[in-house]
Amino acid sequence: MNQMDTTPRKILVLGATSGIAEATCRIWASQGARLFLVARNAEKLAAVATDLRTRGASYVDTAVADLDNTEQHPALLAHAVNSLTGLDVAYLTYGILGDQAKAEQDFNTAAQIIYTNYMAPVSLLTWLANFCVQRHGGTLAVISSVAGDRGRKSNYLYGSSKAGLSAFLGGLRNRVDREGVTVLSIKPGPVKTAMTAGMKGSEKFADADKVAQSIVKAIDKQQDVLYVPFQWQPIMFIIRNIPERIFKKLNL
Amino acid sequence: MPTASGTTPELNFRTPDEQFTGQAPFESWGRYPNYDANVVPLHWQSDYPAVSSGMHNGVLPVGMGRSYGDVCLLSGGNLLVTTGMNRLIAFDPETGLLTAEAGITLAQILDFAVPRGFFLPVTPGTKYVTLGGAIANDIHGKNHHVAGTFGCHVTQFELVRSDGSRKLCSRTENPDFFAATIGGLGLTGVITWAQLRLKPIVSRLIDYEGIQFHGIDEFLDLTRQSQDIEYTVSWIDCASTGKNFARGVFMQGDHSKKRDTLKPSPEPKLVFPFDAPGFALNHLSVSLFNTAFFHKQIHQRVVAEQDYEPFFYPLDKVLHWNRMYGKRGLLQFQYVIPWEHAREGTITILKEVAKSGLASFLAVLKAFGDVPSPGMMSFPKPGITLALDFPIKPDKSFPLFERLADMTSEFGGRLYPAKDAAMTAAQFQAFYPQWQQFARYRDPQLTSSFWERVTGDKPGL
Ligand SMILES: Cc1cc2nc3c(=O)[nH]c(=O)nc-3n(C[C@H](O)[C@H](O)[C@H](O)COP(=O)(O)OP(=O)(O)OC[C@H]3O[C@@H](n4cnc5c(N)ncnc54)[C@H](O)[C@@H]3O)c2cc1C
Repeated sequence: MNQMDTTPRKILVLGATSGIAEATCRIWASQGARLFLVARNAEKLAAVATDLRTRGASYVDTAVADLDNTEQHPALLAHAVNSLTGLDVAYLTYGILGDQAKAEQDFNTAAQIIYTNYMAPVSLLTWLANFCVQRHGGTLAVISSVAGDRGRKSNYLYGSSKAGLSAFLGGLRNRVDREGVTVLSIKPGPVKTAMTAGMKGSEKFADADKVAQSIVKAIDKQQDVLYVPFQWQPIMFIIRNIPERIFKKLNL
Repeated sequence: MPTASGTTPELNFRTPDEQFTGQAPFESWGRYPNYDANVVPLHWQSDYPAVSSGMHNGVLPVGMGRSYGDVCLLSGGNLLVTTGMNRLIAFDPETGLLTAEAGITLAQILDFAVPRGFFLPVTPGTKYVTLGGAIANDIHGKNHHVAGTFGCHVTQFELVRSDGSRKLCSRTENPDFFAATIGGLGLTGVITWAQLRLKPIVSRLIDYEGIQFHGIDEFLDLTRQSQDIEYTVSWIDCASTGKNFARGVFMQGDHSKKRDTLKPSPEPKLVFPFDAPGFALNHLSVSLFNTAFFHKQIHQRVVAEQDYEPFFYPLDKVLHWNRMYGKRGLLQFQYVIPWEHAREGTITILKEVAKSGLASFLAVLKAFGDVPSPGMMSFPKPGITLALDFPIKPDKSFPLFERLADMTSEFGGRLYPAKDAAMTAAQFQAFYPQWQQFARYRDPQLTSSFWERVTGDKPGL
């Protein structure tokens, strides 16, 4: 982003009621950004939109949508881009952890996790990437997860859906980089949100506001991959390199 | 494709990486007493009472847990942590009226308001408390003598009851619930949002003056002379006897009129990294600390210009400074004694503290004014208030607290529930004779370890 450019940035947020999305949007709102927010629950979305308007966003529009409904994506995204009168950043933040134990027994549960975390984002990102390529500009910032770096027994369905998403983002980046479009993969570790304040041990979690600051900075710098907090980068390097022979015996 | 399964409550629609799993024990600021509870976050105004249906053993809304004792604890029950409900709802830059969800912290309000030229009408000694917590304890600040309590500046709020009803409360609408909830210790319902009148400022700076005093009479003289100064508070040395008895530093300040920058200057935060061993806090170390503090101010009078942060929140720079007191924790003892016995009562209690040999690092003395609070159970009343921090030494602290509470009672005073974990049911009921009238407004689902202790609702705690 050009520091000298004072026109408000046009930002589309998919999954705007998630804690990290809210924290990030508060930073953008205080910078006077134009925001288009999408989430499933109308009441929650309205609360978030009101907050961001009060904090100084120059424009906030919203749409209630279930993003699992991929058929609606083209119309929804076109509407958002019209409402914003353009697009500088698309920020995709939603996802579900799902029920690992249930998914181990029941394919429908597994399929749901994969659909929400992988298939639906692929649909959104395909449209968004093509739009940005046409315009020769824009940033697609997407929250994946450190859990996608290696499958573990405690959450491999969630992890594999995020692994798929991470691989997709890598390929997409490779494709659109020459078109002037940036793709940022964000890989957060466990994040403390306001809800853990006062809880014993919660100091050890990353703070959602700090995570949001890192994300805003990474978008401004047109970074490719962001591990946040940054310590997760070396940690995941080690975890990725544990030999399978040993890894499969670990209790993770 | 089906939408997310019906068994996943809406509440959990947070991105998975920020999901905090497990039931952590919730600590109050004093780290005493220590109870396990089921901790449930509230993120949205619509969460309560739906999340608590089917919860047994009672429910209590809590904020940042910055109360010292057990008003924000519920042994074996369910704590609804409100800090996820921290959105702004409206702000009018003409009138300074701010409407926000109850879990917003005063720190978050300041971050928003100060650059816009507004400040909190009343603030406690830490900014890490929530709007809801500030109302429920009807907190007071260094400007009580001119501004009254926090509740005096609250214009309206919403109260949600466990039966699902939502009450708009103000001085004219549901005025009885308005009065019961301000200072209502979280027992009348969950405050989801509140409206508060902020006050205009033109500068972040405070015109500060520190004045040494020797004895209560000099403190009272200074108090009289500073009636027109907005903020006054005193630190008092409660370890010294003889000619140094009740010496202290009187600190006063006003918002600077200088049209100065309202922008913050970021400072790194220190975090107290470990639990200090018990031996670090003995009479000797406290005496040394107090002597050093007294003489830090070398001159009789010091005049300075200071940012509001160190003026109001000197300890916030050290996050978790409560760990300095070790694992056993600390407790404050705070009384107010009405004017007619204020001088005598304060001297008597300070003598008892000095005699006990128990250490108090932070002893804070202040005069309360006569601005009435709208709250039915509010702690402040005109007179002198003294707050003392004690590390907990089981066999020694509690007998001392009991003696001090009895003395407070003899002088017509009372104790502050937000700082308490020790007063007996009989003492509480004598301090707050209106408690039975108040109890009629309690929500049947809501209770606290404090309430059970001081009303005998659940004996044998
Ligand atoms: C360093 C320090 C300095 C302090 N200085 C002062 C001071 O100068 N003056 C003063 O008055 N106090 C002072 N206090 C005490 C503190 O201001 C109060 O205890 C305050 O109420 C804590 O707010 P909290 O958000 O942490 O609430 P908690 O401690 O979590 O809860 C306090 C009460 O509020 C209730 N509550 C919380 N949220 C809600 C809600 N949404 N709806 C209904 N009830 C709710 C709880 O049930 C509980 O009864 C100080 C505390 C510290 C740690």
